[in-house]
Amino acid sequence: MQFTKKDILDMESLSVEEINLILDTADRMKEISIRPIKKVPTLRGKTVILFFYEPSTRTRISFDIAAKRLSADSLSISKASSSIVKGETLADTARNLEAMKPDIIVLRHSSAGTPHMLARLVKSSVINAGDGMHAHPTQALLDLMTVREKKGKISGLHISIIGDISHSRVARSNIIGFTKMGAKVLLAGPPTMIPKDVESLGASVTYNVDEAICDADVIMMLRIQKERQKSFLFSTEREYSKVYGLTKERAKNARSDVLIMHPGPVNRGVEIAYEVVDGPHSIILDQVTNGVAVRMALLYLVSGGVRNADAD
Amino acid sequence: MLMLIKNGRVIDPGNLDGIVDILIKDGKIAEIKEQGSGVRGQGSEVGGQRSEVRVIDASGKIVTPGLIDMHVHLREPGHEYKETIESGCLSAAYGGFTAICPMPNTTPVNDNGQVTEYILKKAGIADMVRVYPVGAISKGLNGKSLCEYAELKEAGAIALSDDGNPVSDSQLMRRAMEYAKGFDLPIISHCEDLNLAANGVVNEGAVATRMGLAGIPNAAESIMVMRDIAICELTGSRLHIAHVSTKESVQAIRNAKKRGVKVTAETAPHYFTLTEEAIKGYNTNAKMNPPLRSSQDREAVLEGLADGTIDVIATDHAPHSYIEKEVEFDQAANGIIGLETSVSLSLKLVQNSVISLTDLVEKMSTNPAKILGLNIGISVGAPADITIIDPDFSYKIDSDSFQSLSRNTPFNGWDMKGKAILTMVGGKILFDEMQP
Repeated sequence: MQFTKKDILDMESLSVEEINLILDTADRMKEISIRPIKKVPTLRGKTVILFFYEPSTRTRISFDIAAKRLSADSLSISKASSSIVKGETLADTARNLEAMKPDIIVLRHSSAGTPHMLARLVKSSVINAGDGMHAHPTQALLDLMTVREKKGKISGLHISIIGDISHSRVARSNIIGFTKMGAKVLLAGPPTMIPKDVESLGASVTYNVDEAICDADVIMMLRIQKERQKSFLFSTEREYSKVYGLTKERAKNARSDVLIMHPGPVNRGVEIAYEVVDGPHSIILDQVTNGVAVRMALLYLVSGGVRNADAD
Repeated sequence: MLMLIKNGRVIDPGNLDGIVDILIKDGKIAEIKEQGSGVRGQGSEVGGQRSEVRVIDASGKIVTPGLIDMHVHLREPGHEYKETIESGCLSAAYGGFTAICPMPNTTPVNDNGQVTEYILKKAGIADMVRVYPVGAISKGLNGKSLCEYAELKEAGAIALSDDGNPVSDSQLMRRAMEYAKGFDLPIISHCEDLNLAANGVVNEGAVATRMGLAGIPNAAESIMVMRDIAICELTGSRLHIAHVSTKESVQAIRNAKKRGVKVTAETAPHYFTLTEEAIKGYNTNAKMNPPLRSSQDREAVLEGLADGTIDVIATDHAPHSYIEKEVEFDQAANGIIGLETSVSLSLKLVQNSVISLTDLVEKMSTNPAKILGLNIGISVGAPADITIIDPDFSYKIDSDSFQSLSRNTPFNGWDMKGKAILTMVGGKILFDEMQP
């Protein structure tokens, strides 16, 4: 199949076939990163702008490495180093970037919907690297890739996502991505962190973390941000950790073949115990490794994807 | 000059409904006659004198007392690039309105007589629709101290509101209602619990959850509606609830009216026309406060309009330029313009048998006039403030053709049936789209 999407904005707009194509392409891309010379000329002459309005280490570096391994010219702009601090609007910044003829703009922004706005304004491909609480499709795709790699399938699996669902774009994209691929998604956390009518996205909800842990094939823990205390979403980190955290004891009740995931950055000892992060079920670093492969696949596919990645 | 509006169906609720001819002389209604009973066209004998008569043939049209939009934002003084008093008045005239009530959230705020006088002076220069300014409840809309209501009233303020900024302090609201009672000024309340609305930008629910936008629950509005009704009962003052958007608010107002509380309420065309679905694609032209709600809320608003719980249709006309709207959704300014789409959207209610034409005229003219204490109507001796509506006028809304300086409407491109086609204030025709 031919990939025809110009932009990667969210998981909703990707079909099952497109997701499978992205994952298959990523599987093939992964090999490039373990070669002694980690570079193919596939995107030679293409320009990729990494436009990061919000701080990010993992995602920005991952995109940067992905672009470089495909021989694209990549450059980063942050909010502080852009004209945004001089009062330029996002729309005007986008028009100016477009005038320099980039091929792909990767956008990370604190406001939901900004990649959609950018995609309407520019001819370049837009890849959403996380927009507010809305979507983080490349994270969901790398999570799908990692689960498929470890379990050999996605359909029929029980995925439990635990933590602050309300504020999590990772949760939203994974709910949509995993259910689209035939998995069952169960959300768990304090009621203050479960957004209204989230069942309409296709997930079930429990307030009992133990219930979410016992039957899960995959447990995905979400980061708890301390500042949420100020908006009364939880009492203390101590209580959160005790009631909703993936403690060592709780992890023992999970299935023997459970996969434990976390999109990072991890708050060790808060939402997930030290021992569990480093434990045998943790695939947290595999997620990071696959992130590069997924982003290589996406850069390649939105660029037209006419040439086989291995052909050069 | 004399003017004769003939053959139209004249609807002045509680007073007149039928095919009658209206003769206008010196800006006032001079005669109202059964069709064909004497007053004729050019050169006819009127009051014993022969004079030129301009004849407006309103066959098949609806002739109403001038429509009043009691909730608009003109951006002057302070933000004239969005709307001036003149452009707002022109926009009103083109929308079929003969009178408008600009809210006080200008820069500076209309919280003293000088600003009120400035607005009226500018309106006088524009010399178009009638402008009845709404003064602020609290100084600087800061919710801390009362404005000088006597001075505001003397300068021409017709009501009081901190619109845009809810009055959070219940004690201030109580005293404002009591104090306003001394000057017989109604309080128009923007009902919103700011702590509960928090950082919300759209209605709380499935759409917000899917789009990753912070939600505003219905209760953020209805809690304050209920509080203000309670204060209204306590003080016996006149309370008007602005832009009702939730089913709980409608219910609370309905119950209060049953108990005999002196509360009235308005909603805007967007709340009975659209739901939260309109924000999909992060459409900032569908972002306003209160936000577009669920389809159940929209249904409740329609029921409230039908059973009279909601007395008034007002637009909350809120002009913003591209600078405020072509931005990140959560950063975009709240509000849409409404003056030039209100009549057409409201006529849909009649087409869909939600309300009658008479109800429509009540909600867009008679009731706002009553609430504001304005004396208008189709009666001999009254100023000739008249709107003519063509219920069959088919057209496509084109925001580029608006008189308003702003273009922030979610209705651009909509196919409409029915439109105001003539607006007359004091016998002066401000807008005329009648086919000759």
